Amino acid sequence: MELILAIASGVLFGTGFYLMLRRRLAQLIIGLGLLSNGANLLIFTAGGLTRARAPVIAEDASQLARPFADPVPQALVLTAIVIGFGVLAFSLVLAHGIHTMAGTDDIDEIRSGSG
Amino acid sequence: MTTTTSLILRTGARVLMPLLLLFGVFLLLRGHNAPGGGFAGGLVVAAAYILHFFAFGLDAARRALLTRPERLIGSGLLLAVGSGILPVLFGRPFLTSLWFDPASGIGTPMLFDLGVFLVVIGVVLIMAFTLAEE
Amino acid sequence: MNALVLPIALPLFTAAVLLLAPSRPLLQRWISFAGACVLAIAAVLVFVRVERDGILVLQLGGWPAPFGITLVADVLSAMLVVATAVVGLAVTLSSFSGVDPRREGFGYHGLIHVLLMGVSGAFLTGDLFNLYVWFEVMLVASFVLMALHRTRAQLEAAFKYVALNLIASSLFLTTLGLLYGGTGALNMAELATILPARENTAYETILAMLFLTAFGIKAAMFPLFFWLPASYHTPPAAVGAIFAGLLTKVGVYSMIRVFTLLFPGDPAMLYTLLLAQAGCTMIVGLVGALAQQDFRRILSFNLVGHLGYTTVGVALGTSAAMAGSIFYILHHIAAITNLYLISGIFLRLRHTTSLPELGSIFRERPLVAILAAIPVFSLAGVPPLSGFIGKLALVRGAFGAGAWWTGGIILAVSLLTLLSMARLWSESFWKTAPHEDKSRLPGVILLPIAFLSAITVAMTVAAGPLYQLAMKTSDQLLNPALYIDAVLKGGPQP
Repeated sequence: MELILAIASGVLFGTGFYLMLRRRLAQLIIGLGLLSNGANLLIFTAGGLTRARAPVIAEDASQLARPFADPVPQALVLTAIVIGFGVLAFSLVLAHGIHTMAGTDDIDEIRSGSG
Repeated sequence: MTTTTSLILRTGARVLMPLLLLFGVFLLLRGHNAPGGGFAGGLVVAAAYILHFFAFGLDAARRALLTRPERLIGSGLLLAVGSGILPVLFGRPFLTSLWFDPASGIGTPMLFDLGVFLVVIGVVLIMAFTLAEE
Repeated sequence: MNALVLPIALPLFTAAVLLLAPSRPLLQRWISFAGACVLAIAAVLVFVRVERDGILVLQLGGWPAPFGITLVADVLSAMLVVATAVVGLAVTLSSFSGVDPRREGFGYHGLIHVLLMGVSGAFLTGDLFNLYVWFEVMLVASFVLMALHRTRAQLEAAFKYVALNLIASSLFLTTLGLLYGGTGALNMAELATILPARENTAYETILAMLFLTAFGIKAAMFPLFFWLPASYHTPPAAVGAIFAGLLTKVGVYSMIRVFTLLFPGDPAMLYTLLLAQAGCTMIVGLVGALAQQDFRRILSFNLVGHLGYTTVGVALGTSAAMAGSIFYILHHIAAITNLYLISGIFLRLRHTTSLPELGSIFRERPLVAILAAIPVFSLAGVPPLSGFIGKLALVRGAFGAGAWWTGGIILAVSLLTLLSMARLWSESFWKTAPHEDKSRLPGVILLPIAFLSAITVAMTVAAGPLYQLAMKTSDQLLNPALYIDAVLKGGPQP
């Protein structure tokens, strides 16, 4: 399972970087989104995969019973997803602004065209 | 934004709007010890207003919000900071959880979550309205 | 130790009040300025206590160190928080001379305070993931500040800025994932007890290189600096000033903090690369500055070049060099922020910062020219101003560490800086302008500039104590045990 997720994360990074090297803003934004999701998946995988219970101490116990899932990577991924959501939404607004102003979303034309 | 939208959308939106708002608040309250919370609840409420905007236009959505999104962000931030400062007044470290009654979930984390809820609604709607204006 | 949270909570509170208050410009400006004043008082308070009691630690939420998020202030953090507050004061003061109404309606003042919160948070946190969160807070605020423009060049610059910084953030996040996977820790003090004790394998080297790349983009180090000169010259003067003064310094601070704690002296490749990077950054930045014909572009390239100075210390790892770098960071924050604010005067008078269009300031407005001369010549390193002292300390540190090449580069680049600043001075202040300008200059525009110039002069006068403070800081940095004990054991620190 680790291997599959690691490959998936690698594919996300690869496609993300490929799209970011394209000339269109829309592709660049999708690339950024894939990149941050690749990073999230990597955190999740690197944090260790377990088939285990939630890390909640049972009512009659004084400490956690093994095996339990590590809550930290989940918290990290959740935070990163929220931040990624905000940033991605903002870049969409920005790209939309550029598109309405320049009438194109080709990066080279934005630069050379007269605005 | 004067395009006429379909009757189905308008009727659907009218029915769905209160349900979505209620569901958002439900998610917020459920977040105490189950999946949910301020962020998810805020997104649902923001989605409700975006649906309203699709059906009835930007002005109607702004009116339905009753206040400006900036105000929501401001009051949400105040609530969140306040929930952190409250324990300081009791001589505890910043952000320490204080419970009025832990079983019911009423305490400073709830206040913090309410702050997050308001900030999320405000931020998402500012972005959506900005996109809609252009 | 709840005082530690003030530099973070106060700007957030101010931002919230600004959002709730009626959007009358004058009211907003006063709230913003008052918030910055309170922030400055809190920052000085934290600094005084750190000076007196040693490293301060606050376990947020009452969770003990490796489990919760820790806020830590050693002398370096406290000093930089004070510098943040000073920049905040200058920038909020500058808004009294006028802000573009569209931006003011869009929450400009609140965003400035969110930015200040992000920067203070990054300086104070003791947790790497929390550092990432503060980076993002800072970036989102800076994205919006940068994108609140409507000309094509500005939007294009904003997009470059956003895209490059997002790549850096993703890389940082990836690094944190690998770090957590390999060590199970994100608290910097705990990591400092785990990583250096391990034998150096490919894993540690990969982590070090990823950190170097991610922070290198944030700090605009060679060869990752291209986003900075492509974007920093487009926003209005006050926004450029706060960006130039603080944002890249956060990258430099992160390098200093992470490398001294997590990779002290090892892997050696990291420090070799960092030193080479610092050298290249200095040379490329200043050579680039000579080729420019625009006031703010020259400043951008100078900023890049001088970031090389600020990383020499951590690259060499000796006490004297580190102290030189720290002194230089403080000097540079005051000088470069001031210069960007001064570019606002040109924008006001001539609506451009292109050098051929400027001039005649010295003859027509001698007060402006005299105030501007202080940061210009301080940056150029003319004795006895603070820039000269910083460069002297750095050169001595480099030669003391046996890094003859680096010392030589610093000296050569200092000459280039002098040349670049002399050109800037004669073109924009001294020579006769091609057109006469008749617009009036509001007196308030000079207030923040006078304030920052006074700070630069004060740094020059108090160079001795300040340098001793920098020495104390570098000793603290080079002895990570102090930091680790303060965070994990919570004992009082000398």
